[in-house]
Amino acid sequence: MALLEVKGLRAKVGDKEILKGVDLTVNRGEVHAIMGPNGSGKSTLANVLAGRLNYEVLGGQVLYEGKDLLAMKPELRAREGLFLAFQYPVEIPGVGNAYFLKSALNSIRRHRGQEELDAMDFMGIVTEKMKLLGLDEAFLGRSLNDGFSGGEKKRNEIFQMAVLEPRLAILDETDSGLDIDALKIVASGVNTMRAKDRAIVVVTHYQRILNYIVPDFVHVLVNGRIVKSGGRELALELEKRGYGWVEESAVS
Amino acid sequence: MPDADPREPYRSDFDRLERELFAGDPPWLMKTRRDAFAKFGALGFPTLKHEMWKYTNVAPLARTRFTPAAEIPGNGLAPEKLDPVVFGKFEGSELVFVNGRFSRSLSSKRNLPEGVWVTSLADALQEDPRAVEPFLAKTAPVDANSFTALNTAFLQDGAFIHVPEGKVVEDPIHLLFVSTAQPQPAVAYPRNLIVLEAGGQLTVTESYAGLDGGVYLTNAVTEAVVGENAALDHYKLQREGERASHIATLEIEQARASTVSDTSIALGGALVRNEVNQRFLAEGGELSMNGLFSVTGTQHTDTHTRIEHLTPHCTSRELYKGILDGRARGVFYGNIIVHKGAQKTNAVQTNKNLLLSREALVDSIPGLQILANDVKCRHGSTTGQIDEDSVFYLRSRGIDSDTARSILTYAFAREIIDLIRVPAMRATLGVLLLSRLPNSEAVREAL
Repeated sequence: MALLEVKGLRAKVGDKEILKGVDLTVNRGEVHAIMGPNGSGKSTLANVLAGRLNYEVLGGQVLYEGKDLLAMKPELRAREGLFLAFQYPVEIPGVGNAYFLKSALNSIRRHRGQEELDAMDFMGIVTEKMKLLGLDEAFLGRSLNDGFSGGEKKRNEIFQMAVLEPRLAILDETDSGLDIDALKIVASGVNTMRAKDRAIVVVTHYQRILNYIVPDFVHVLVNGRIVKSGGRELALELEKRGYGWVEESAVS
Repeated sequence: MPDADPREPYRSDFDRLERELFAGDPPWLMKTRRDAFAKFGALGFPTLKHEMWKYTNVAPLARTRFTPAAEIPGNGLAPEKLDPVVFGKFEGSELVFVNGRFSRSLSSKRNLPEGVWVTSLADALQEDPRAVEPFLAKTAPVDANSFTALNTAFLQDGAFIHVPEGKVVEDPIHLLFVSTAQPQPAVAYPRNLIVLEAGGQLTVTESYAGLDGGVYLTNAVTEAVVGENAALDHYKLQREGERASHIATLEIEQARASTVSDTSIALGGALVRNEVNQRFLAEGGELSMNGLFSVTGTQHTDTHTRIEHLTPHCTSRELYKGILDGRARGVFYGNIIVHKGAQKTNAVQTNKNLLLSREALVDSIPGLQILANDVKCRHGSTTGQIDEDSVFYLRSRGIDSDTARSILTYAFAREIIDLIRVPAMRATLGVLLLSRLPNSEAVREAL
């Protein structure tokens, strides 16, 4: 059984239909890249999969481990192992990074029938993952994303992902706004997460991140549909030739 | 038949108390009472037509016949009755007042430096009225607020704290005012006088609490006189009973280079009016004035603040936050006045409100009057609901919707909670606020 099966997914935001029939199959152990020009529906796809409320699904089906993903509340999707790294992580003053993450991790562990972690065990896990992303102790005591730089926010997303250990991670433009050093840190964090039982979907506008997170499959999303799929080389071709030629071939 | 004059019962009460309970007062105090009562007679109760009262209707209070709590016989109370309202693990001195009157047996004094006087106002007036005379009713004007006038006319007890020059009181002092249910609605008039001489330092918390759900009115006035280079940390935790009303005024005067921090928390009461008025009388003063009101059901809570920069080089920071649920109504009215010549004033006023239900309502009226030309001042006000993007962010990490909302509500309040430097009060307030939120256990874990 595929980890994720998206069939004919259609969705709108406001009055505008953005996804017009997306088909996508992702298996465990794979890394997929979804590329596309601005407005093609990349972020909409990521958000619909995570369960964002202001997106209305018009049709199609999404199976996650064989279960109807679209029928699940966002928190249930998370507990079932889906993780969205936000394009724009939300700043939440007054909620501490560490406590928030412990609470999230324990809600996931409860759902899986695992014992909740106490502060000591939690700190053990967290300290190790923090090293991975070059984050210091002080980071844990700060409010969630509050006053973080763009790079810190993105690192925090990947840090959360590393702690929560999802089975399906969707990275929504995690590379945008990162300088090359930050990009390398984030990418290496993601790469250490690659595993046989985990799939990663990298949603991006640019090829650059794929130099560091090398995908098994590349899909091109244009005007709400996946119009072309291929291997790593497709991304390089897109970089060289731009999106124009796929858009044209999609129309014809 | 025209409505009876609501002032009449107060007049007969005053006449009677003047002959009986107040008969032993020193002449200056009797004159203060009479002047104040005359002022009340002239002002009457405010109505919605008064600019300062247009959002709060006190007609139900004016109509209610409140017996002066001073005439309630006895103020005994089993100590365990206080358990729900005292601070756990509190190190400092605690003065307890039951229905407005000092209870020696429930109170305790600890670690007070020599010369620092922490006592009940009634005792101070008895023992050394000349120590009280220069300060009482000097900071709280009776001509602008008829409730202050009533308090001044009927005052009987409260706290008297005098910190002599250069004395530092390390441990916080807790003033706890509790009200118990009476056969008839009763009114207590707590009157606190806090005096810091030059270089003195003090932390004091006022708590007001209802113990058993009675109908009563607390009409409290606190005067704080902060001397040159002195520092006052003042807190208030208002958790009156749900059928109670609470009308209170805090008046602060700051001398040269003094520092005051005031944080006022309003949780209880059916009808609540909280006034904080402050004046910089000399250069170099600093003020941090903060508050949080959290109300639900049909509670009405009105905060009026005024900060007056009368002299140059003073800094004021004001932050008030409101959380409104149910059909509750809140008012924030803030006024910063920068007088002519108060150059280099630095003043910031902020009010933020969080509406948790469609029926809740808040009126926010921030205000700055600037009569000087070389100042840095700004003010701002926001009112909104819980940010849905934040809710989704938390849910996307596995936290359920109710818990996410509770976490965000608490986080909103936290900015004020974190300003409280009395650990026992901060802990108590955290528990109180959490207990009002759905899924408080899960929220506690996330904070």
